[in-house]
Amino acid sequence: MLDNIKILFHQGKQFIPDVTKAKVPGIFRGRPVISCEKVDEVKLQDLCPVAAISIDPVAIDLGKCSFCGECAKQFPDKIEFSTDYKLATNERDRLIIKEGDDSPIEVNPATVRKEIHSIFGKSLKLRQISAGGDNSCEWELNASNNVQFDMGRFGIEFVASPRHADGIVITGPITKNMAEAVQICYDAVPEPKIIVLVGTDAISGGIFENSPAIDRSFLSKYKIDLFIPGNPAHPLTIINGLLDLTRKK
Amino acid sequence: MNYITIINNQTIALSTIPEIDYDTFFELNTGFMIDHAERHCVNYFGYKTGDKIKLICCIADDDKHEIYVSSCLYDNTSVITAFTSKLLCFEKYEREIHENFGINYEGHPWLKPVRYPFNRFDQLKTIANYPFYSIESEELHEVGVGPIHAGVIEPGHFRFICNGEQILHLEIQLGYQHRGIEQLFLEKKKLLQKVSLAENIAGDTVVGHTTAFSHIWESICGFEISGDIAFARTLALELERIAIHTGDLSAVCTDVAYQLGSSVFGRLRTPVINFMQEWCGNRLSKGLIRPGSNQFPFDKALADKLKLVLDEFEPDFNEMCKQLFKLPSASSRFERTGVVSYEDVLSVNTVGMAARMSGLNRDIRTSHPYLCYPELQHQPIIKHHGDVYSRVQIRKSEVQQSIKYIRKLLENIPELNNQYNELKTPQADSFAIALVEAWRGEICHCAITGKKGELLLYKIKDPSFHNWMALALSVRNNEISDFPICNKSFNLSYCGHDL
Repeated sequence: MLDNIKILFHQGKQFIPDVTKAKVPGIFRGRPVISCEKVDEVKLQDLCPVAAISIDPVAIDLGKCSFCGECAKQFPDKIEFSTDYKLATNERDRLIIKEGDDSPIEVNPATVRKEIHSIFGKSLKLRQISAGGDNSCEWELNASNNVQFDMGRFGIEFVASPRHADGIVITGPITKNMAEAVQICYDAVPEPKIIVLVGTDAISGGIFENSPAIDRSFLSKYKIDLFIPGNPAHPLTIINGLLDLTRKK
Repeated sequence: MNYITIINNQTIALSTIPEIDYDTFFELNTGFMIDHAERHCVNYFGYKTGDKIKLICCIADDDKHEIYVSSCLYDNTSVITAFTSKLLCFEKYEREIHENFGINYEGHPWLKPVRYPFNRFDQLKTIANYPFYSIESEELHEVGVGPIHAGVIEPGHFRFICNGEQILHLEIQLGYQHRGIEQLFLEKKKLLQKVSLAENIAGDTVVGHTTAFSHIWESICGFEISGDIAFARTLALELERIAIHTGDLSAVCTDVAYQLGSSVFGRLRTPVINFMQEWCGNRLSKGLIRPGSNQFPFDKALADKLKLVLDEFEPDFNEMCKQLFKLPSASSRFERTGVVSYEDVLSVNTVGMAARMSGLNRDIRTSHPYLCYPELQHQPIIKHHGDVYSRVQIRKSEVQQSIKYIRKLLENIPELNNQYNELKTPQADSFAIALVEAWRGEICHCAITGKKGELLLYKIKDPSFHNWMALALSVRNNEISDFPICNKSFNLSYCGHDL
């Protein structure tokens, strides 16, 4: 007993008091800021492994970006990844960062379905589906509920059964072999329900975009309520995204 | 000579691999391994050349630190005798070859699909009609779990045949995670795309797989890595081991309902992965390792930070371990649960922790050394009971060992090399192999290049490829309620297996 108390004492305070204002340590590749500097744009575009960069004007699509940081390394005057981890939004277009744009990425309250605030504002239970996910986003979703990030304090939790869930969280590009299971799981969630995509692979397919082994037809059938980019998405990105979607401002 | 002898990270001309007829190929490779526990097959695969199939088999000798490579050109008309008829450890390789090319084997117990790849030979076989083993009986019942599991984990289907609460048999069916990675390696032409693919093979083993890919690529391009790159990779491999092992200890505690251990180990993982982020900007080390360059130089300031992280980590980790292992309620769940015997791990050909838990010495860091491991004089940690307790103990000891190695490495940080040579174009018509001991065990990547140095084949073997069978064997005669803890104590990869 005494040993247990000792161990508890030795851990000190671990939880992050305010997850909306916490700072991430060291370098972090968060929301990119693109300057209006003139560079060899074709070379810049060609550099990207996942075709996330478009030119004229230069823009990065965070739904495709694998956050490898190569563009910022080779064109440091043009692109800089800031430590801003708030990357989630409910509109796909808002993930495209254009040059000269340094405004935060936010959920657009006007396009959030009305029932989300009233029904899920204080409690949200989610069923996670990994559909070709490489286990990195899954790790970070689990980390969101550990003693440090403690997403449970906001009433947001992962549940075992789709019958107990208010929505699904998809990670991975959705493989052909998993497509049917995704549909069955979604159908089993009672209405009203939300769909959240976590990670670059889920949002655009990422590096697997044109793979013949994936089948993304499920996503074209429904409205996606939240996009959480990252490779993998940081727990702070996940928590802030879900809060931004469900809490009234 | 019927075979060629090479070492880890070596590139050879494809034409130097002797091509022999199937009967000789069969006798040679089974002969290598029968009654030789120090030898194991690190990769055995086929690929199409014209309308024939070339089979390549790589057997590693752990005592002599060599790899024996031989090949056979098979015209796919006759039925051939399966290696499995003599050595069970080949069953998975031959199932894969059968699934990809429709080769018919005799003497193989059951040529079941492995992962339902998109380019499989028989498109009529689908993941929905997998042929499960079943037993007709009034007393027995089946329990199906998955592909979606209760927790936030990857998909796979487990089918138990139980007698009351006792598991008689478990069959694990995978393939849900198949993304076609091996094929994408050939299609994606930019090096950065290939590295991104390597990083995505298994997101919990980013350092391991990316290191294996980098070693292959550097070997094919004739690039010698400098001391600072070797240092950074060794450090990253050991840090990844610490982080994931600590997380696994947390998960094991969760499954025996030990809340304190679960929380403490869970929180102890965070400073380690946060350090990775301070170093390379990503908690799971994506972006850190690149062929032919040192993306994020490791300097004195980072070394001081890491020392601080470890100084704070170590006492808390040791204290928690001490408490966990003297707790009778935890030990009673760990000991004699999920036992796999030495004979079984040898016949399955498990690697990494899943071999070392039962007294089988398999550790690439000593048997086929690379990077800074020769200087560290690594001694594998071996346990003998093959139960959950052994697997948990290995994790604890390996974390402590890795901390020791990192401290040793930090004593002597190599000078930063400011002049990296450019990577040359890959050699044409070559074969290369790279073995890396990641936290789960041995990763084997093989590459074959064509006339212009383009990739003709990229073959990946994750440690989970064989180790899943060890999990299935471990739960036999255990209560079904002990399955979660057996599963967590192995913590195998779904995406690494399905590719």
